[in-house]
Amino acid sequence: MDHLLQLLVSGVVTGGIYALVAMGFVVVYKATRVINFATGELMMLGAFFAYSAMTALQVPFAVALAVAVLASASVGAATERLVLRPLLGQRAISVIMVTIGLAAVFKGLAQVVWSGEYRSFPPIFPRAPVALGPIILPSRQLYPFLIAVAAIAVVALGFRFTRTGIAMRATADDQAAAFSMGIDIRRVFSLAWMLAAITAAVAGIVVGVIGGISPQLGAIGLRMFPVVILGGLDSIAGALVGGVIIGVLENLAGGYLDPLLEGTSVKEVVPFVVLVLVLMIRPYGLFGTREVERL
Amino acid sequence: MLIGNYKETYASDEAVFRTPAVRGWMVALAVAAMVFPFVAGDYLLYLVNLMGVLALAALGLNVLIGFTGQISLGHAAFMGVGSYTAAILATRFGLSFWLSIPAGGVAACAAGMIVGVPSLRIRGLYLAIATLAAQVIFEWAFTNWTSVTGGIRGINVPPARILGAPIDDDRRAYFLIQAVVAVHFLLAANLRRSRWGRAFVAVRDRDIAAEIVGVNLFRTKILAFMVSSYYAGIAGGLWVYFMKVVTPENFPLSLSIQYLAMVVVGGLGSIPGTIFGTVFMTMVPELLKLGTGLARAVWPDAQSYLFPLRDVVFGVLIVVFLIFEPHGLAEMWNRLKRFFALWPFEK
Amino acid sequence: MPQRATPSREGRERRPRRGRRYNPRHAPFTQTEERMPEGPAVDNPGRTLLSAEKLFLSFGGLQALAGVDFTVRQGSITGVIGPNGAGKTSLLNCISGFYRPGAGRILFDGADLGRVPAARRAALGIARTFQNVSLFEGMTVLDNIKLGAHARLRSDVISAMAWAPWARREERALREEVERDVIDFLEIEHLRRRTVGSLAYGLQKRVDLARALATRPRLLLLDEPVAGMNEEETEDMARFILDIQEERGVTVVLIEHDMSVVMDLCDRVMALSFGERLAEGTPAEIQGHPEVIRAYLGEDG
Repeated sequence: MDHLLQLLVSGVVTGGIYALVAMGFVVVYKATRVINFATGELMMLGAFFAYSAMTALQVPFAVALAVAVLASASVGAATERLVLRPLLGQRAISVIMVTIGLAAVFKGLAQVVWSGEYRSFPPIFPRAPVALGPIILPSRQLYPFLIAVAAIAVVALGFRFTRTGIAMRATADDQAAAFSMGIDIRRVFSLAWMLAAITAAVAGIVVGVIGGISPQLGAIGLRMFPVVILGGLDSIAGALVGGVIIGVLENLAGGYLDPLLEGTSVKEVVPFVVLVLVLMIRPYGLFGTREVERL
Repeated sequence: MLIGNYKETYASDEAVFRTPAVRGWMVALAVAAMVFPFVAGDYLLYLVNLMGVLALAALGLNVLIGFTGQISLGHAAFMGVGSYTAAILATRFGLSFWLSIPAGGVAACAAGMIVGVPSLRIRGLYLAIATLAAQVIFEWAFTNWTSVTGGIRGINVPPARILGAPIDDDRRAYFLIQAVVAVHFLLAANLRRSRWGRAFVAVRDRDIAAEIVGVNLFRTKILAFMVSSYYAGIAGGLWVYFMKVVTPENFPLSLSIQYLAMVVVGGLGSIPGTIFGTVFMTMVPELLKLGTGLARAVWPDAQSYLFPLRDVVFGVLIVVFLIFEPHGLAEMWNRLKRFFALWPFEK
Repeated sequence: MPQRATPSREGRERRPRRGRRYNPRHAPFTQTEERMPEGPAVDNPGRTLLSAEKLFLSFGGLQALAGVDFTVRQGSITGVIGPNGAGKTSLLNCISGFYRPGAGRILFDGADLGRVPAARRAALGIARTFQNVSLFEGMTVLDNIKLGAHARLRSDVISAMAWAPWARREERALREEVERDVIDFLEIEHLRRRTVGSLAYGLQKRVDLARALATRPRLLLLDEPVAGMNEEETEDMARFILDIQEERGVTVVLIEHDMSVVMDLCDRVMALSFGERLAEGTPAEIQGHPEVIRAYLGEDG
């Protein structure tokens, strides 16, 4: 029973982190209807920015965080302006491919600048594991989880209640209508990508703290598709719920199924099987909005 | 713009090679192709063989994306299905390549049919993600279904035999590969001018109107998936005999992305574009390798940057092509042809 | 386009190949004469070909159709008029199968169209043109038109790729038929190999009509066929529509805003407003109908 509880709770905690990463996808999609395959690489860059700030510039974590946020926001804005805006209105395959190309560029550049070695983040959280009743949570999992939840809440509320958030949602829904309402579409897109880069940076730092940094960190980005599909591509709440569910399922699968199939690990593949099921049964996920066709 | 191109029968109007000039070039190309393996260096021959196999798979992907407008991020997985099927039939059942390669194609075709089923309910981005899931799941199966696929050790395959003679050097492999590739390119050209080719493009351009005009969307999309993965499967079968071994590492997501790049850079929906794209995306890394090797004279560390530079160049090429030349190399080639058609009279 | 005579092909009957079982799937697709149904449709030109009964259609809060009754007589040209948003295109969309009405039913040739999917309705003989043209921009005019015949063709993918003899024959017969019955008729020979995206709007509409004709329809739904055309183009289009009705016996339903076209061409007209049927009758009756005038022009008449 304890085993099950342990699995569940660490699943929830991992899921919170997944949710934070997934939010990077959702933010971009919510505001621009683009699926950003470079989200993982934006995460990786954010983590490296913070890492460099802490090691090369010797600043405390809070400052490093700010540096990373600013640097990432610039990357996001530059990306939008130089690469995505020329492709406005082009077909989906082109936009997908361009974000894939960007991912490759970011990864390559990161490797050139920081080399391919794996590094660990300087310690920032208290070392001691936290005990919740019978369950032990390593501190490097719990604190990032709390950060993740806080970040998600901030972004979700921002989208809901601030004028910028509403402008973003309006633009994603119907560009022409938003434009005629006086919303500056170009500014909205810039902001959306900056926000996406920032959330990705925070997620990247969190992941980097837990598992170390290397240019390969971006690979986690693709593993987030099950989360965003389950939750709904344009739902932040969905990212949270989806992340938690996937995290739990992964852990349960790892805990119970892996021992049965000696040697093989189903943990990696279970989320994708879930993804396929969701697409077959309920393509827009738990909280995504249905898209309506008109002739 | 072609001048003096006057057709007197419908048959000649709809032929694949429509002018004497084009036919002449094709003959010249065929002759050059026959001579090539005897004059080319070993490494170049190897590269050309590799490009042949990749171009075949890329053509399949072009049918799916370029003709039919469906997105697939899992093309490498289908190639893997073809490879493993051919390998298993060759080793465990002793079938010759005449049977095992087509069987690989058929198996991949069946896999494509399954993966295409979601296209009934989802389209565009969602379908792309479904194919991504297929890629991950198949890759996992290749690595972990050890009893069938041999796990990470893979399967070693004896060389193909024609009339007893083994095809175990690059020169003989060249003829086999190019023959298969040429035939399949012709099949694709036939497809494009047939009823189904039109249906594919209709689904890409305006699927709703297509449906009202009488095209069964689901059936058409599934057929596109099936044709596309069949091509990947045949390419996979060829790959196995070419490389003599198949392992799960041969079919990663990055290969799927590479195929996407070949198709997009070459020109979506263009059959000759597929060849341009494959050659381009294969030769650029080779040139890069050459370049970093040469740069070692001035910059000793150059070669350690090869892999990251490859990534950067790959990404930059894709981005640049998508922004500035969305119709790919095929369009650049067409522009060149148009320019020389009237040169020096037209600016 | 001059065509080499192949005398052996004229009047040749379909014969099973020696030694091989006759496979109807490999036979060239049927020609018009063979397809025309015997019986009531031919004997009884005035009979009802299409009838829609009490159609209701709504999108969320928007009521597009509210209990519309609509009958179309075989061989007639029926007009549907009404201000924008009246539900005219929605009506056509229900008939062609893109929308499923919330209530009510549509009978085509006596049979309930009910759950027949849109793709099948083309095979049944219902074709249409679109308000926003909806041609396939990536293909040539010729390919667009040939696509109209998709539902009638029989060759499968493998035969097509291998360019098997029966696939070749079918494609050749299709080309001849399309050239003769559609391209010649609509006078678009010079546009065959042009990519549709590069054509002027009026010509695109003509290609849209050509594509609909290639389906060999019994019922042709035209959604604003002369919208955006000048006088000369409008006259040409009107002439084509009349020829289609008279020479080929196709029943036409016509949505139009251009009243002169409606008055000249239509045998009967139905007026819609806000999803409801205002009036139905001959063009003259509709023109003088007070409700119709009020819907278009407001209270002052």
